[in-house]
Amino acid sequence: MIINFLSDPVHFIAHWLEGLLLGLGLSPSLVGFLLSLLGAIVIALGSMMFVIFLIWYERKLIGRLQDRYGPNRVGPYGLIQPIADMLKIFTKEYITPAGADKVPYNLAPVLAVASVLMIWAVIPFAKGIAGVDLNVGVLYLIAAGAFGTLGIMLAGWSSNNKYALLGAFRVVALMISYEVPMVMSLLIPVLLSGSMGMGSIVEAQAHGYWFLFVSPLAALIFFITSVAEVGRAPFDLIEAESEIVAGFNIEYSGLKFGMFYVAEFLHAFTVSLLFATIFLGGWQGPWAEDIPILGFIYYLIKTWAVYFIGIWMRGSLPRFRIDQMMDLNWKVLTPAGLVIVIVTALGAKLLEPAPLLVRGGVLLASNLVVGWMAIEILQVFARKKRRELQSFEGRYIQRNASLE
Amino acid sequence: MSLQQIFFLVVSAVIVASAVMVVSARRMMHAALWLITSLFGVAIIFALLQAGFFAVIQVVVYIGAIAILIIFAVMLTRRSLEDPGGQLIRYWWLAALAGLGVFVALVGVLSQWSGFGASLPALSTQAPPGEVSQLGLALVSPDAYVLPFEVASVLLLVALVGAIAIAWDRKPPKG
Repeated sequence: MIINFLSDPVHFIAHWLEGLLLGLGLSPSLVGFLLSLLGAIVIALGSMMFVIFLIWYERKLIGRLQDRYGPNRVGPYGLIQPIADMLKIFTKEYITPAGADKVPYNLAPVLAVASVLMIWAVIPFAKGIAGVDLNVGVLYLIAAGAFGTLGIMLAGWSSNNKYALLGAFRVVALMISYEVPMVMSLLIPVLLSGSMGMGSIVEAQAHGYWFLFVSPLAALIFFITSVAEVGRAPFDLIEAESEIVAGFNIEYSGLKFGMFYVAEFLHAFTVSLLFATIFLGGWQGPWAEDIPILGFIYYLIKTWAVYFIGIWMRGSLPRFRIDQMMDLNWKVLTPAGLVIVIVTALGAKLLEPAPLLVRGGVLLASNLVVGWMAIEILQVFARKKRRELQSFEGRYIQRNASLE
Repeated sequence: MSLQQIFFLVVSAVIVASAVMVVSARRMMHAALWLITSLFGVAIIFALLQAGFFAVIQVVVYIGAIAILIIFAVMLTRRSLEDPGGQLIRYWWLAALAGLGVFVALVGVLSQWSGFGASLPALSTQAPPGEVSQLGLALVSPDAYVLPFEVASVLLLVALVGAIAIAWDRKPPKG
């Protein structure tokens, strides 16, 4: 009994509750509905509560990266700081700017949070523990992202503020363009596992056959595009404080601003969850099949590692200009994604009868070759550009000399 | 009436009402938002019919791409596209009559169809688990939809090349 509870608490509690409710004389379909509702509420509330801790962790880590202490006044190691901030934001006044379009203005923060929470519905936390194992899980992720874009656009447009509108333009440009390579990089795990369901993608990565090892290039593209979708540094040009004040959420105050803030942190963590699911094998690990809670712990560790790298990037890289961002997307990530999809499709089909290790090795080698070729081609272009600039500079100096 | 039927009726009412709002809203932006509501309602109908793939595709294509492009275009034009003028033309009743006629004719034709009164479980028990892969196979198999699929692909490619050609930044000739 105790062992059951410790190894698989979710199913244990679900069974117990089911028995209890059935004992009360409720109909089985109603009990099923109530349990699903309870699960949804627990996932939604749990993830929102988790953000309180995430905010502390991220501020502390960014502080360390920038040679500061980070929050350290309220509670041990500043742990209570986000709770204090949260209580403060509850008491703040809601200000609606004059000329704002009321309904979209109030709808936008809700959409922003909802689009992230929607993703949590399909995440497999451990063996057999997922909100719902959709057979089109990967597509569902893209669809959920569309709602996030919509929320931010509404926020920017309805605030009646030019900076908000500029921020919204940047967001839409960023999100729509980075969706293209993201979808292509998501095609690779779908190809390799033969399914679009998150559960089967995790199942296909058993025994260390992680898609990160099989297709590191796709993993890299997914990682970069997911950071871009969240809109954090180095892609934080959507809320560049020094250029457009704060971007799309400039006119929001109080808890409505808080919702955008929560949505951003939650989204950053959620894409780490997705990376861990799709490329790091999710809950897979030694004995995770038998003891679900162990799988959950592996999953958290993997997610935490990805999240750490995200914060590391945020703390150390400068902001992209919008043209650099577009160049990176359309001239590097998209062609690389196209090539890698074709190569992987060919390789996976031709090597279907080969043993797993051979197939993985060949695919890994083809990934490395494609990556190396991409770097070589980029270097050729960079050299050409540099030569052009140098010759231009040379002419400029000569002309100045002749004028003297 | 089963729960599913009630759900269907509610969703259909929302779709029709928001479709009416699309043409009657005075602000262009509101019309676009109502359009999104309407399209999302259609996605829910797909989900009710257990066509999860189409539900998600409906959201990805219509809300994620088309509606967002419409909103983008509206945002880039005048500040708030508002039309203060009258919304009805003189012969609106003729158009209403024609619309009603088409509706009655469609219902009349559809009620003759054998699947008109079929309930959902009759369909869902036959659906195999790998519905998405079946769709994929049908799209590339020569006895099914390979020709329309290829024609659509070529059309999209032409549109893509055309968009690049229009947006190409022509540098002035040197000298």
